[in-house]
Amino acid sequence: MAAEITLAMRGVSKRFKKGEMYDSLRDLVPGMVRRLLGRGPAVDTRDFWALRDVSFEIPRGEAVGIVGNNGAGKSTILKILSGIMKPTLGEMTVRGRLSALIEVGAGFHPDLTGRENVYLNGAILGMTRAEVRRKFDEIVEFSGLSDFIDTPVKRYSSGMFARLGFSVAAHVDPDVLIVDEVLSVGDYVFQQKCAERMTQVVTAGATVVFVSHNLHAVSDLCTRTVWLHQGQVAKIGPTADVIRAYLDRARQGNKDAPTEDAFIAEVRLKQQDGKETVAVQAGDTVTVEVEIRARARCERLSVGVQVYDDASYDVFNTSTERLGCPSFVVTPEQPFRTTFELHLHLGAGTYLLGVNLHRYDVQKQYDHHFPAATFFVRNNQDVRGAANLYPRVAAFGPVLGAGT
Amino acid sequence: MIAWLQEVYRRRDLLYMITWRDVVIRYKQSVMGFLWAILMPLLIVGAGIVVRAAFAYVAGTKLVTSDLADVSVRAVPWAFFVAATRFATNSLIGNVNLVQKIYMPREIFPLAAVAANFVDFAVASVALTIFLVIVGTGVSVQLLWVPVLVLILLVFTVGLGTLLSAASLFFRDVKYLVEVFLTFAIFITPVFFSADIFARFRTILLINPVSPVLEGLAQTIAHQQPPPLYWVAYSAAVSVAVLVIGLVTFKRLEPYFAESI
Repeated sequence: MAAEITLAMRGVSKRFKKGEMYDSLRDLVPGMVRRLLGRGPAVDTRDFWALRDVSFEIPRGEAVGIVGNNGAGKSTILKILSGIMKPTLGEMTVRGRLSALIEVGAGFHPDLTGRENVYLNGAILGMTRAEVRRKFDEIVEFSGLSDFIDTPVKRYSSGMFARLGFSVAAHVDPDVLIVDEVLSVGDYVFQQKCAERMTQVVTAGATVVFVSHNLHAVSDLCTRTVWLHQGQVAKIGPTADVIRAYLDRARQGNKDAPTEDAFIAEVRLKQQDGKETVAVQAGDTVTVEVEIRARARCERLSVGVQVYDDASYDVFNTSTERLGCPSFVVTPEQPFRTTFELHLHLGAGTYLLGVNLHRYDVQKQYDHHFPAATFFVRNNQDVRGAANLYPRVAAFGPVLGAGT
Repeated sequence: MIAWLQEVYRRRDLLYMITWRDVVIRYKQSVMGFLWAILMPLLIVGAGIVVRAAFAYVAGTKLVTSDLADVSVRAVPWAFFVAATRFATNSLIGNVNLVQKIYMPREIFPLAAVAANFVDFAVASVALTIFLVIVGTGVSVQLLWVPVLVLILLVFTVGLGTLLSAASLFFRDVKYLVEVFLTFAIFITPVFFSADIFARFRTILLINPVSPVLEGLAQTIAHQQPPPLYWVAYSAAVSVAVLVIGLVTFKRLEPYFAESI
């Protein structure tokens, strides 16, 4: 196979401004006048480098995964790959038509019907109208929504919405496909279909970049993987090697002295009676108390919590931000506390709890405790697997009246 | 510039679909449907006729049919200019999720905004033509100027809209300033009246690049006279300059769009 390079990054770095920028003329004009007069506070010029000197090449027809912690620069690299952002330094070259599955159905308009949205979204993703017309039946067939195709999508469920979005995106036939965690849409059957379609795209000779937290999915699909750590390439190579190295690093935890201005001072895993705990019964409710302290004022923070099983499989993760809480500010005088309530409907086994503190808009991770706690789930029934579905045998016996 | 035209041409289906979406959504959301396209110009025409009648009453003359034709051929393109500029200013903000999530040539959005309003303008123009025939407006060779004048207005609107769409992404208050400006612009534009009534100060009015176009349309359609040639040339030059400045600024700022939202 000729190693023709379809996608290459050479020394790509991306800088973000950390301080507040003027976002209205009302603030800008007085600000400029004040600066001209030599008064007023200096503009905050501190920078944050989300990516530093990232280089890699992807030959045609290869599927490459990108893994890394929150704040490692995955989203930034995704936006640069798809052309939404330009690198501050370095360059990226792509050969052929590139399509990005970053948010499926991003261009859907609620008042248009499914049919109209297929045409609209197809055009947004780079197809011509003739192309959409040609593939229309295939797209609808794939989505399984032929009965609802003339219904406005505002009446769709979120699952239907995502299915139609993925179906359009999956039929673009790109030379390079950039995939974010979109495989987590729809029901199990649809997810299988999506995974199959991705494999098809790869075997058809397209280059795929898959950015994901889901290490299982990455190892299923990708031959090579890039591990990003704090904006730099920590390791690049065969997927199995990179994932192993990544997990090893993650397991080392973060017990050393805090280096950032804001840090996780304490994590407590408590039972409902308020006692700290390490062993719980399946289905029990526990609370995770997190206390954040700071050496200097830090703003726009959010706290994330993760649960991994002993195979490092991401069983569960969320954050205050994703749960709809506003971001918060922490100062040396004013620590901050947040408590998550978790219902552990888990299978029996050992689980590791991780807690991280990050600022979402500049993708900065202040602190990460992993494992912040280890706990064991007991189960009186003999059920196995990651989740507990509380089984009960409802019927048990020979079928009456069957046979001859 | 050439590369830019090529890229837009390559994505012409996208431009078509976004325009189509903007038109269809408006007509789906309002009960009146296509009447919308006529309602706004109709209101401006109505207001203009009232103003003209008042002028005529004060001056002690009579309102003649050529006055009706005159004020309506000014009002309809003015309604287009105001609506298209307003719509284009908000076109990037209104498509935030697309700007942030998917790459495409972003100038599609202000272009589609102007195009969608141009569809309304076309509908209104059909109604206007019928009206002109009813009031018995004459036909002359001067009508050949009409497409040229409309093109100048279109170029200016696209240039201004492109510039303002990018500006309002970086400065949230731009859209309010645009609103205020568009509301008061009717006083410095010869919509309800002819620039000539300002006599000596006519020049001040015609500096506004939209004014010569409206004057020209009124002259050529309502009065079968040639347009004010020098001013039309001036307007064309300003419009092309605004378009170039608008596009260059837009392309220069485009890499920062996703970051500044």
